[in-house]
Amino acid sequence: MNPDSQKVWNEANQRANDAAQAQRRRVTVDPITRLEGHGKIDIFLDNQGDVEKAYLQIPELRGFEVFCIGRPAEEMPQITSRICGVCPTAHHMAATKALDDLYQVQPPPTARKIRELVYNAFMLEDHALHVYILGGPDFIVGPDAPKEERNVVGVIQKVGLEVGKKVIGMRRQLRELIAYFGGKVIHPVMGLPGGVSKGLKAEDLPRFKQVAKDGLEFALFTLQVFHDIVLKNPRYVELITSDAYTHRTYYMGQVDEQNQVNFYDGQIRVVDPDGREYARFPAQKYRDFVAEHVEPWSYVKFCYLKPLGWQGFQEGPQSSVYSVAPLARLNVTESMPTPQARQAYQEFYSTLGAKPVHHTLANHWARVVEMICAAERMVELVNDPDITGTDLRCLPTKKPSVGIGAVEAPRGTLFHHFETDARGLIERANLIVATQNNAARIAMSVEKAAKGLIKKGQVTEGLLNMVEMAFRAYDPCFGCATHTLPGHLPLAVSIYDQNHELLKELVQS
Amino acid sequence: MNSSIPQADTWQPRIIAFFCNWCTYTAADLAGVSRLKYAPNVRVIRVMCSGRVDPQFIVQALAQGADGVLLGGCHPGDCHYAEGNYKTLRRFEMLQRTLADLGIDKERIRLEWISASEGDRVKSVINEMTEEVRRLGPLELPDKQRQWDQEMDQIEEAVKASEAEAAHVA
Amino acid sequence: MKPKIAFYWCASCGGCDEAVVDFAEDILGVVEAVDIVMWPVAMDFKKHDVEAMPDKSIVATLLNGAIRTSEQEEMAHLLRRKSQFMIAYGACAHLGGIPGLANEFSREQVIRWVYQDGPTVVNPEATRPQTESQSNGDTLTLPRVWNLVRALDQVVDVDYYIPGCPPTPKITKAAITALLEGKLPPKGSVLAPDVALCEQCSRKSTKPANLSFTEFHRPHQVILDSEKCLLAQGVVCMGAATRGGCEAACPSGNMPCTGCFGPTSRVRDQGSKMLSSLCANLTAKDEKAIRIALDGIPDPVGTFYRYGLAKSMLRRKVNLPADEAVGVKR
Repeated sequence: MNPDSQKVWNEANQRANDAAQAQRRRVTVDPITRLEGHGKIDIFLDNQGDVEKAYLQIPELRGFEVFCIGRPAEEMPQITSRICGVCPTAHHMAATKALDDLYQVQPPPTARKIRELVYNAFMLEDHALHVYILGGPDFIVGPDAPKEERNVVGVIQKVGLEVGKKVIGMRRQLRELIAYFGGKVIHPVMGLPGGVSKGLKAEDLPRFKQVAKDGLEFALFTLQVFHDIVLKNPRYVELITSDAYTHRTYYMGQVDEQNQVNFYDGQIRVVDPDGREYARFPAQKYRDFVAEHVEPWSYVKFCYLKPLGWQGFQEGPQSSVYSVAPLARLNVTESMPTPQARQAYQEFYSTLGAKPVHHTLANHWARVVEMICAAERMVELVNDPDITGTDLRCLPTKKPSVGIGAVEAPRGTLFHHFETDARGLIERANLIVATQNNAARIAMSVEKAAKGLIKKGQVTEGLLNMVEMAFRAYDPCFGCATHTLPGHLPLAVSIYDQNHELLKELVQS
Repeated sequence: MNSSIPQADTWQPRIIAFFCNWCTYTAADLAGVSRLKYAPNVRVIRVMCSGRVDPQFIVQALAQGADGVLLGGCHPGDCHYAEGNYKTLRRFEMLQRTLADLGIDKERIRLEWISASEGDRVKSVINEMTEEVRRLGPLELPDKQRQWDQEMDQIEEAVKASEAEAAHVA
Repeated sequence: MKPKIAFYWCASCGGCDEAVVDFAEDILGVVEAVDIVMWPVAMDFKKHDVEAMPDKSIVATLLNGAIRTSEQEEMAHLLRRKSQFMIAYGACAHLGGIPGLANEFSREQVIRWVYQDGPTVVNPEATRPQTESQSNGDTLTLPRVWNLVRALDQVVDVDYYIPGCPPTPKITKAAITALLEGKLPPKGSVLAPDVALCEQCSRKSTKPANLSFTEFHRPHQVILDSEKCLLAQGVVCMGAATRGGCEAACPSGNMPCTGCFGPTSRVRDQGSKMLSSLCANLTAKDEKAIRIALDGIPDPVGTFYRYGLAKSMLRRKVNLPADEAVGVKR
């Protein structure tokens, strides 16, 4: 070939190769569903078609911490509950405890027990929802099942209509208990500094004793369902223990003086990836341990362990990422405070291996163990003679200035922090919402699942579900989906080339 | 109402006044009959009692472009309907606080007790308030609300464009 | 063919969707009667599924949540086009809701606190979320957060309103039934009884004909009697200026109403109407005593406009900027 032609040909070839090298393929999942709120996932492929990066983006912001300024502190339980209509009781209770701290008052025993009773009823019904309706279908029906069946209808087909009605009916009864004390179940009103607004009349007690009894039976039944359908299936056990869904991070949860989990009250305990206690602190000291990191591609902030500094979205010995919610709580607790839950907890670890268990999908199982614990606690409380007491309030007398309260929401540790003027009007507020504690790990889980499953540009229905499962295990609450209707994750995957030309579109519907 | 953005040298304060029939309105009449000159910036609305003034009227006046609102009623103890002006006083105090929290200067709403014989007080109150509001500048809430909503225009255009495209494709 | 219904959410807490789930066993009847074509919290229908539907093919969309971002606004417009009836579901879509309280602050104030000044934020580079950002050579996008919170009818044409925070299953069922039977009231109606809440409250008989207040108590300062009218006990109960429909749920929890159903049809600005009624009934007659009594309501905006600030006559704190560049590219 003529040397000039050769040169031209070489240059052109080089340009073409560079263009191919630089070619990026992008897979967008928009929107994610079964979250309260909105989310999308952006997955970027390298030129081999393997996943290079994946991002879980949260595209909304309401600004509660700012618009609480100027509001009377006693309104915080009802205002902050509007952060989430699925777990309003968690915010309500965290804010109420922050008010106790703010006014330096403690509720009388009856009031405290009523709060705990309501709170455990809430944990039980909210967990039940996730197990049967949200996350459950992935296991009860199976990750490979046709997507038309991977929802509550499929669950009912698998376990029977009677069971389906039982779930709906049980939740309704538990929620009626919450509404009895709270006026409404969605955005209850009962929380006051130093007490609760309403007591339990003796003539109403037998009804709630029955609810608690049924609740425990239901929780144990749920464990049986989980056994029969999930644990007896070696494929599922393999899935749960697979590497694609495993992360070695720190774990955080609230425990009592015996280092046993308590959803309502206690100290915050953090263990490291090997299970050793890393920290133990009262809620008031949360700022020494919790910090938030900002990324430009999401409105949600990512929590990490402050003393270790932000080390990026990674796991392992250098990581400062931690996790909360059922799996984390089981990893943090020394044992369960109630007998049948303790048995279930022991079985959990003898099956999955030594503490701590790092398998994200084990959250589903841990959730069922917690259902049993919540139900047993309800039975204890309804049988406590104090529960029908009439001393419900300890009126505040001290001047307010700072109040911090924490609870274990179903989805993790929740911190409410209020600073007020002398009249008790909010001057500053800081809220660490449960899922924020998980935000970094969720992002990592999504990326790891994507990397593990998308190879050579092959995007299939299986991928869609597996990525789905990666975040759904956490039951994220910047979305808490709780619905009884066909719950496929609506995923559309659009594949674009570098010139934004649509190459392929896959829809799961 | 004319809603063009006022120029600094041509803008005149626009004040809405609610005067009670028995006292302040009569005093304003007296001022007129006495040929007392006062600022022309106030539009007077006669009500039977200052207690008739629903705070919604005041808020609506401001929302529709008034720069200030003046209430005139009988001196405490002299209300033609016995208690009406006390209600006015109580409501006024709370409304002023609420509006201040929403960014409206306290001086833009004013409550005065003016008896039927105090024509000269009508003159001095109106003149004072006009100058006070002139100092504060225009409130021009309708324009402000329009400006706030301009941020949506870019979405409107994008929506229209994508709808047109969808219609074209369909 | 079953009528098509859509549910969608904007700046929402999910409580309104949860309220539909609280139909409990009755949900099965709803599923029988209608074809739910969009419900992002529970179903897999995507934006492009809705885009592909013919205009007006959805009988009704029940949209909850306020409008705060560009994405939410786009979806409101899209669903409006595809639906015969657009129904504002819940206090946020109806009035702006509790997120509407953000209208007392500028967007910059919110962004600055959340991403820089908060006590747990560690952000030395002052990173802020961007509508467009680069990472690893790729472009990521986020919707823009608007300066204002808006109710749904400040963005699209709304046919009906179902009020409440959240609406009760009872009024939601009644509304859906009316819709399916074609028995809807005139356009623009609020689908709940047009009476003040006092009418439905079990404490009605203890409400005095002449209420008078020497002072106001904040709920944490007093122990409330569970049977007596709350206003008569000296606490601010918004029930007198609030539409009924919930059958006084909050008073049944022994706490006062906070106004979530919004006003009756006879009131334009719920906040100032309640202010008017409460204050008129003070016993104090001189300025000093009045001021002391009113100190018992230290946060009038949050008390009177808790759910309705976005739809109030002023809509927003008026001296906030119209728009600001907060490091977010257009």
